Amino acid sequence: MAECPVCGGEVELADDTVEGELIECPECGSELEVLEVDPPRLGEAPEVEEDWGE
Amino acid sequence: MIRASIAGASGYTGGELLRLLLGHPGIEVAQATSERNAGRFVHGLHPNLRGVTRLKFSSLADLAPCDVLFLCLPHGETAPRIDDFRQLAPRVVDLSADFRLREAAGYDTWYGRRHPRPELLPEFVYGIPELHREDLRGANLVACAGCNATAAVLALAPLCARGGVESVVIEVKAGSSEGGAGSSPASHHPERSGSVRSYRPTGHRHVAEMRQELAADEIHFSATSIEMVRGILATCHVFLDDAPDDKALWKIYRDAYRDEPFVRIVKERSGIHRYPDPKLLAGTNYCDVGFERDLHSNRVVVMSAIDNLMKGAAGQALQACNLMHGLPETQGLEFTGLHPI
Repeated sequence: MAECPVCGGEVELADDTVEGELIECPECGSELEVLEVDPPRLGEAPEVEEDWGE
Repeated sequence: MIRASIAGASGYTGGELLRLLLGHPGIEVAQATSERNAGRFVHGLHPNLRGVTRLKFSSLADLAPCDVLFLCLPHGETAPRIDDFRQLAPRVVDLSADFRLREAAGYDTWYGRRHPRPELLPEFVYGIPELHREDLRGANLVACAGCNATAAVLALAPLCARGGVESVVIEVKAGSSEGGAGSSPASHHPERSGSVRSYRPTGHRHVAEMRQELAADEIHFSATSIEMVRGILATCHVFLDDAPDDKALWKIYRDAYRDEPFVRIVKERSGIHRYPDPKLLAGTNYCDVGFERDLHSNRVVVMSAIDNLMKGAAGQALQACNLMHGLPETQGLEFTGLHPI
């Protein structure tokens, strides 16, 4: 189990997870990059911004 | 099987409650009243119930004893008759505003009338389970919250409980069913269609409930009616004396609502459904809550969405009824909504 760096939610990692893999936080939907597997550490993946009329 | 009756079942709230109770595995509907429609099939007014029941409307005078009585009468009509209703059923769930406030003075201030039975106000439990679950278990008298108050209270309760709230400004966008089943020149289609109408910039009566339940005086509220039938979106601008970061806010809301069956935190980083949207909640008992902090001030914007007829009225009433009777809290309220809709 790893912690989402954005919302602090719990993110479950599959047994075959590898470094550099991109996964999604089930709570806030952030795209995360697996920085380390053991112990698990996640970082925010670069995100393409959408234009919402701002 | 619990026998339930509804007083005032011809309106939208009563119709929604009928829909829920007719599908509830532990409750049977004994009677549904309407003075104007007594003797007519209920599906004549609530066509979604066609084929589901052959029930006909009764008159209030013909109400028989039952296990639980739901009161969906207009505001001000419940309190004067409450003794009669209590004689008919050991448990009463009132969906009007008549017993929501604990202090009688609030009725003078916000409703412009003296409360006829102020001594009964402390006996009613306010119907939001997320705040009063233990009191609702085994309660005999419940006063369901106003729809706008429900949306605002669920949005703000975690932050207000934490402390540090200096003031709150709430703007609600509301669907037309909030206005009830009656028609008026304002609801005439050429007038209503496409309108974005500020119908209560200040002085809305639900503010009294918000202040009571959130134990905060600096709550300001405006309501706007928009092109939508069901639904409320409450946008709450919360001014804090500090600036919690995103993770702290997540923790506050997660701690408050982690185990709640009908409150969901909706705050997505991507996609088209990033924040609460009442459209997705039509017919459900959910309250979706999201938030975003302003990076340039101590303001946090909290959004909440509900179906005003469900979590804001009939769904809340049934959730409370389930708790009152020791039934599973979510029974009869499992509908998850439609997408697309």
